Amino acid sequence: MTHYWNPRIETMEISELEDLQFRLLKTLVYRLYSFSRFYHDRMDENGVHPDDIGSLEDIRKLPFMLKKDLRDNYPDGLFIAPQDEIVRYHVSSGTTGKPTVVGYTEQDLNRWTESLARALSSCGMGRGDVMQVSYGYGLFTGGLGLHYGAERIGATVLPASVGNTERQVEMMIDLKVTAIACTPSYLLHIGEVAEKMGISIKNDTRLRIGVLGAEPWTEQMRERIESWLGIRAYDIFGTSELSGPLFTECKEQKGIHIWGDLAYAEVLDESGNEVPPGKEGELVVTMLQKEALPIIRYRTGDITKVERSKCSCGRSHARIHRITGRVDDMLIIRGINVFPSQVEYALMEIPEVGEHFQIVVDRKGALDEMLVRVEVKKDSFSDKITDLMKIRSSVEHRLKNSLNVSCSVELVEPGSLPRFEGKSKKVIDARKI
Amino acid sequence: METDEYCIKQISVFSENKPGRLAAIAKALMEKKVNILAFSIAEADGFGVVRALVDKPEVAHSILSSLGFNVAFTEVIAVRMKDEPGGLYDIAEILGNAGINIEYSYAYSGKDGAVLILRVDNSKDAIEKIINLGATLLKSSRFH
Repeated sequence: MTHYWNPRIETMEISELEDLQFRLLKTLVYRLYSFSRFYHDRMDENGVHPDDIGSLEDIRKLPFMLKKDLRDNYPDGLFIAPQDEIVRYHVSSGTTGKPTVVGYTEQDLNRWTESLARALSSCGMGRGDVMQVSYGYGLFTGGLGLHYGAERIGATVLPASVGNTERQVEMMIDLKVTAIACTPSYLLHIGEVAEKMGISIKNDTRLRIGVLGAEPWTEQMRERIESWLGIRAYDIFGTSELSGPLFTECKEQKGIHIWGDLAYAEVLDESGNEVPPGKEGELVVTMLQKEALPIIRYRTGDITKVERSKCSCGRSHARIHRITGRVDDMLIIRGINVFPSQVEYALMEIPEVGEHFQIVVDRKGALDEMLVRVEVKKDSFSDKITDLMKIRSSVEHRLKNSLNVSCSVELVEPGSLPRFEGKSKKVIDARKI
Repeated sequence: METDEYCIKQISVFSENKPGRLAAIAKALMEKKVNILAFSIAEADGFGVVRALVDKPEVAHSILSSLGFNVAFTEVIAVRMKDEPGGLYDIAEILGNAGINIEYSYAYSGKDGAVLILRVDNSKDAIEKIINLGATLLKSSRFH
């Protein structure tokens, strides 16, 4: 029998859910128009007034929010809650060196946790399960998000974070872990490390559920993970601007349920019009109840399609298909978002190397590796190998600091990197996902 | 002591560690009729530094720079060695006794005998010590 965390909301009739969404949207728009200088001005510029929102479809009249808006209003210009109402910050790296800050009121954390409690329950998790959270903890939203979601449903949480993989395998066995949350590539890596230790995840552990995401993956990867590791693997979606990881597939594995009382999902074409049903486009999300940092029609940059019919699990909430790509040049390296522009900005701060670069991403075993090629400037060239090695490690260090992900650096001859050939030559993604 | 005449101008060229780079450097020098007297390649992960003693360092520097290479002049000294067993030992012992630290070194054995080329922290100090301990240094005029 299907277990619902919040049966009243999750199985609500679609028409009833849409009524609720409209009321929440209307309230949200009035709230923003009254309290957000930024969004008030943007609505005025677009000639929209809260009174113009007379139906859920009228959401299309509202102006978009972009990642650039968060960056331009760094650190907290878009917050509408006073600082003493904010109980947490998360920070993600921005596209140009300036990070993006998300603040949460107590209610924001509560709803984020509720969203994951419903999601993890829909994957068949509950009291008695032991969840190893192998997403990064800290400024990144992955670790803490899953942590509180799993605790809410009464599961036991093992906050393993990323790294020290052999120990992760040992803990998985010793603490009888039944579920893991991490990137799909990290789970494959855990599987490989376990095999080297003479352990089969399938036969020697109790692992039965993987909640996997934060990077693109495919049905083929799911099949491989499920058959090799003997688990059910569920896709998870979310991004820090929306709170963090929020939504997962249910046991039907037919799309990720977007809880309609928390978020409204649109899929739009390049000109901002809704795509026909079943067609791919950019996912645009409105968070209907966020307090500290309200999000209206946020352009995620993720490409997907939406399915609004009732799911065979009984849940009436819309589902999005797994993310198949990006509308921009964002890369996802070991679950961390990286924009080539961040590399460019970081390099501009380093006098020994030029501003031209090339990023090469590949997968060694199961894990992503990023290489950045940079040119040594003429006046910083030294005959001493150790000086050149120092330049290289200092560039590696600076890039790691600004990208939050480690990469290796290759020094190349001046003038040898592609200059005007555009983005296709600046980034070589050799991963076969 | 006059030490400048023993300071030899070596050219150092930054090079990526990939096929054809040495050929590109050698071809450029050939076309400008620059003769290479001694050379070595120091390699690190993914890149290297080609170091050479040439008869016309200025010409070599300008042609390689114009081709886009990172080129630098580096001061080295050249010590005469006996071209027989123990030749290197004699010199190495002198350097050790004098407390001279070698940054890098390479050697060649030509028609006039064997030569050890040294890059040291302080060339002037090293030149004085080496001469005082009885070894023979080659003047830069022997090279260019």
